[in-house]
Formats: sequence, structure tokens, C-alpha cells
Amino acid sequence: MTFNDYLFLFGGMGLVTYLPRALPLLYLAHKKMPQWLIDWLSLIPVAILSALLAPSLFTDAATRSFAFGKLELLVAVPTLAFALKTRSLGGTVLIGMLLYWLGGML
Amino acid sequence: MNNSTKQTLRQGASAAWPICLGYFPIGLALGVLAQKAGLPWWAVAMMSVMVFAGSAQFICVAMITAGSSTPAIILTTLVVNLRHGLMSSALAVYLQGVNRGFLALYSYGVTDESFAVNLTRFRKGGWDRWRALTVNHLANSVWIMATICGALVGQFVPQGALGIDYALTGMFICLLVFQLQGRIYVITGLLAAALSVAWYLLIPGDSYIVGASMSAATIGYLLKRRYRRGR
Repeated sequence: MTFNDYLFLFGGMGLVTYLPRALPLLYLAHKKMPQWLIDWLSLIPVAILSALLAPSLFTDAATRSFAFGKLELLVAVPTLAFALKTRSLGGTVLIGMLLYWLGGML
Repeated sequence: MNNSTKQTLRQGASAAWPICLGYFPIGLALGVLAQKAGLPWWAVAMMSVMVFAGSAQFICVAMITAGSSTPAIILTTLVVNLRHGLMSSALAVYLQGVNRGFLALYSYGVTDESFAVNLTRFRKGGWDRWRALTVNHLANSVWIMATICGALVGQFVPQGALGIDYALTGMFICLLVFQLQGRIYVITGLLAAALSVAWYLLIPGDSYIVGASMSAATIGYLLKRRYRRGR
């Protein structure tokens, strides 16, 4: 591929990535939002975080099938407990990494 | 630099480091794959600057390897990244009335990770848009550097060292815990987890993130409203 091919490809990708990020923000930040929308949006973060996490813990990506007891899930249990107990972001990240590293060596 | 600027940068950095830690190995891996797919290092840099979306960049490299057409890659990117529209909408609650120039710049850095970190901070209070922008751009800088490093020297880095592949999962777990501020949040989170797994297994493509989170938030909202009325 030439420089121009890359420029066209990444320019297109950049545009379709940027617009969904920018348009809702530009629109909603200058509009009085109705209370129902604010209430609904307040549930979006917990829902998105769950939807990003759960498939990586409970499924096998290569075969796209259900998988129970992956190392990712086994490590997630104590990591979750640690997060609930300490509420420390940095600590949770490091504990998760440590357990995953140790688990991978077993 | 005056003191308040320094403080903004320092607090932004202290919020961003888990993201940076997580981005580094992923960026390296992306760079290695891109280099194997025949992309020169400057094309990797160009992609990270112009697109800045991890999963879409991985898919792009895979599609280039498979010989897909440019329109197919761009369309796939759009579908994969639509979820950020939902995140931007949720962030808008905390960026009311902010000028459009700032928002246009801020939007560039809205990723899964920066969204989760900044929204958590906004909700907790004591956070402002400049600190949030610092998080976005620190994460972006690390991502660009890591992908370039990967393209240049990534094949010499051992895989899976120090469990660093788990950094972002650990971060998401903790940010999820921060979001659990009442029974309705726990219910919504559990619903989203169950729905996303089922959706992921049954429906091909990447609609499971947007589909499951919107459905779960809607059910959670209706339950909350009903509970309120019932009292």
C-alpha cells in the first residue's frame, strides 16, 4: 500500500471513529437533558463495564463459545473481592496482574 | 507553568497510570501484528494518531492481512466504535455548557478506558474537564508510543511478562465496583453481564456491547421507576 492508500484508509477510519464520539457530546452538552435521560444514562457506565468484562471472563474468544473456569475468571474473583474491600484502583490493577502472572505459571 | 496547571497535570497522571500500564502491552502487540502484516512503522503511527481505537485497530490489521477492501474496513470500524456514542452521551451529563472547541478536542480521546476512569472521577466529585482531558491525552500518547515501539522492536519483547495482559481487566473490575452505588446498579450490572454473554454467543459481530448495555440500562431504569411509583 502507498502513503495515499494508508491516508485514505486511516482517514476514513478516523472519521467514523470520531463522529460517534463527538456528535452526542456536542449535541447533548448544549441541550437541557430531560430527567429520564439523565437517569437512564446514569445506568449506562455500570452496564457498559459489565458488557465489556463478562464475555472476556465467561467465553472463549477463539471459538466464541461458553467457557467456565478460565484463568481470567478465576483471577477475577479475588481481584473483585480486593476491589470491594480496598476500593483502590491501583492496588486492584497490581493484584490482578500478580495473580494472573502467578496463575499462568502454574 | 503555574501551580494549578501543575496540579491538573499531576492529578490527571495519577488517574491515567492504570490505563497507560494497560495500553503499553496491547499497543506493543498491535505494533508487532501490524509489522507482520506489512505496515511500515510510520503507517502504524499514522493509524494510532488518526484513529485511536484499540479494538478497531486490531481488526483493521487482521482485515488488511486477510486482504479486505478499504470500504469494508471503514464500515467495520464504524460498527465497532458506535459504542463510544453511548459513552459520550453519558459524559455529556458532566460537561454541560462547555464550549464546543473543547468538546471537539475532548471527543478525540473518548475510549472505553478513559471514559470509565473519567466518569468515575466526575461522579465522585473534585474532578474537572482539564483533568479529564489530561487523562485522555496521556493515554493517547502512551498508546501512540507503544504501537510504534511494537512495530519497531516488539518482536523482541517476551509475551505475558508480569501478568501485564491483565492490567485493563483489573482496572475494569475495580471501576465496575466504583459504579455499584445501590441495588439498582448491581441489578443492572448483573443483567448486562448475562445479556452480553448470551448476545456474544448467539449473535455474530460486535453488537453485544451496545446491545446488552442499552437493554440492561433500560430494564434497570424501568425497574427503578416502578419501584419508585410502588412506594
